[in-house]
Amino acid sequence: MTIPGSIPLHAIAHGRSGDKGNRLNVNIIAYDQKHWPVLLEEVTAERVAALFAHRGVTEVRRYELPLLGALNFVIEDALEGGVNSSLAVDTHGKCLSYLVLGMEIRVPVEPDEDALSRRVLQSAK
Amino acid sequence: MYRIGSGAGFSGDRIDAPQSVVAAIAAAGEGGAVIFETLGERTLALGQIAKRQDARRGYEPLLDDLLEPVLAQCVASGIVVVGNFGQANPPAAAAAIQALADRLGLGALRIAIVGGDDLVGRVDLSKTERWDGDGRLPDLDGDVIAINAYMGAAAIAGAISAGAQVVVTGRVADPALALGPLVAHFGWGWDDLDRIAAGTLAGHLLECGSQVSGGFFADPGVKDVPDTANIGFPIAEVDSDGSFVITKAPGTGGLVDLRTVKEQLLYEIHDPAAYLTPDVTLDISQVELTQVGPDRVRVAGAKGHPAPEKLKATVSYFGDWLGEAEISYAGPNALARAKLAVTTIGERIRRRDLPVRHRADIFGTVSAFDSDRGDLLAEFGGNAAGDYRVRFAFGGTSQRDVERAVQEVNALYCCGPAGGGGVRQSVKPRVRTLSHLVPRHLVQPVFHFAGEAS
Repeated sequence: MTIPGSIPLHAIAHGRSGDKGNRLNVNIIAYDQKHWPVLLEEVTAERVAALFAHRGVTEVRRYELPLLGALNFVIEDALEGGVNSSLAVDTHGKCLSYLVLGMEIRVPVEPDEDALSRRVLQSAK
Repeated sequence: MYRIGSGAGFSGDRIDAPQSVVAAIAAAGEGGAVIFETLGERTLALGQIAKRQDARRGYEPLLDDLLEPVLAQCVASGIVVVGNFGQANPPAAAAAIQALADRLGLGALRIAIVGGDDLVGRVDLSKTERWDGDGRLPDLDGDVIAINAYMGAAAIAGAISAGAQVVVTGRVADPALALGPLVAHFGWGWDDLDRIAAGTLAGHLLECGSQVSGGFFADPGVKDVPDTANIGFPIAEVDSDGSFVITKAPGTGGLVDLRTVKEQLLYEIHDPAAYLTPDVTLDISQVELTQVGPDRVRVAGAKGHPAPEKLKATVSYFGDWLGEAEISYAGPNALARAKLAVTTIGERIRRRDLPVRHRADIFGTVSAFDSDRGDLLAEFGGNAAGDYRVRFAFGGTSQRDVERAVQEVNALYCCGPAGGGGVRQSVKPRVRTLSHLVPRHLVQPVFHFAGEAS
């Protein structure tokens, strides 16, 4: 198994963000169940917290949903006050799933990896 | 099998969406329900303000536009209309719906009005705990506009069992709009927690309208969605055991597949094993999704646990004033000119000692992801000669001071960096909300029929 470099999470996963009060949640879902272990390994609560550090995040909790191939992140205090008091453009945080999807991750590749994965990796170079 | 469709996922949703949903349910010939979710956290406070100014207002302003094209078919086909479009004034919404029915020649309808969510004067907030999701937000003092508890589905179910053709509510938990008709149809017991959970899950997937059927999903070349200008709103076909298929009307755009359902399944969910609603604690961690046909996904495996002891209530206050103003810079050295506008306004706010919070974004750089301090913008090294729009936001308790700050942006026309154009500005009041947890005994969901004693 080699580690040929990194690709954006967006290449293997999709997701959506939503808000309640000053609490943001972002779900991250693998397109292909074979990438579920990659999500578990690479998309950690610590790395997500680092993405929101400049927003003053205080806590990130990660919930794992293996049947769905999905992770759900609950992110505290990253909305600059939330929809009713934030001065940000996107007061709901609806754009913020793409902050997580822009994360660079490492995807292990077997020598006989299928063509789709090669294309994903090439397009990321 | 029982069909429930979504007619609106928020206040401001596509007005023509209910038409294909109602037509599809009617064509199946077995009745059903269509639900309208039009009540955000702040919407109710805005309705309360409107109601104070005019006792006939305070409900969903687009109510007539939403219902006029579909009400006759709903009545003719036995499709119950359920909506929280009553907002702060369900009786006025009921009167408006009857007036619409009169205009359409439908005669007197059985319109149920659900109440009990309004807690103004009924709860001492100082004796309640705040909901933890508001985190570090400061306590608010100031005038309370509204306090509304999220109620469960019992009154909705009761009203439908008593013969309601239309059910008008104020604040209820969004999934209750679907759970109510399901309990009325199947006769599920409230202690049959797995079925109550399944009905709640159906409501959760329907409540945001097209977000489960191709809305808020398209990512061109990655997640393509057919005919985004005509997305079919979702319909749940629910079996008596609580499992259901999410689909949409034939001939519409959008799509229903495992990806769209997964994104919505986890939308605004925190702990997937414990989604708290007034009727049940819903566990979706073991939910199984199966694509059973084109635009058809079967959902099964919801688990229910007892509902929480306390109910969430939204407390709305008059907030501060929000001022926004924008100006554009383009062409050679535009980024530097835009950044100079940002620092100039910051200096003007300091020199005039205006008591306002402020933030600046440069659209085209990193605005949506950035902090109020502009940490990401400070490191942005993109195109120096782009086409940039600087957007300033000011918050403060004094309308006059916020207006003064906004006026400083207008003054950039003559005093600011070279080539700044296209100033647009606005100042508006904001409603702020905090959530509290209130004892269940304070909230008594009730219904009565319009025209009868409450």
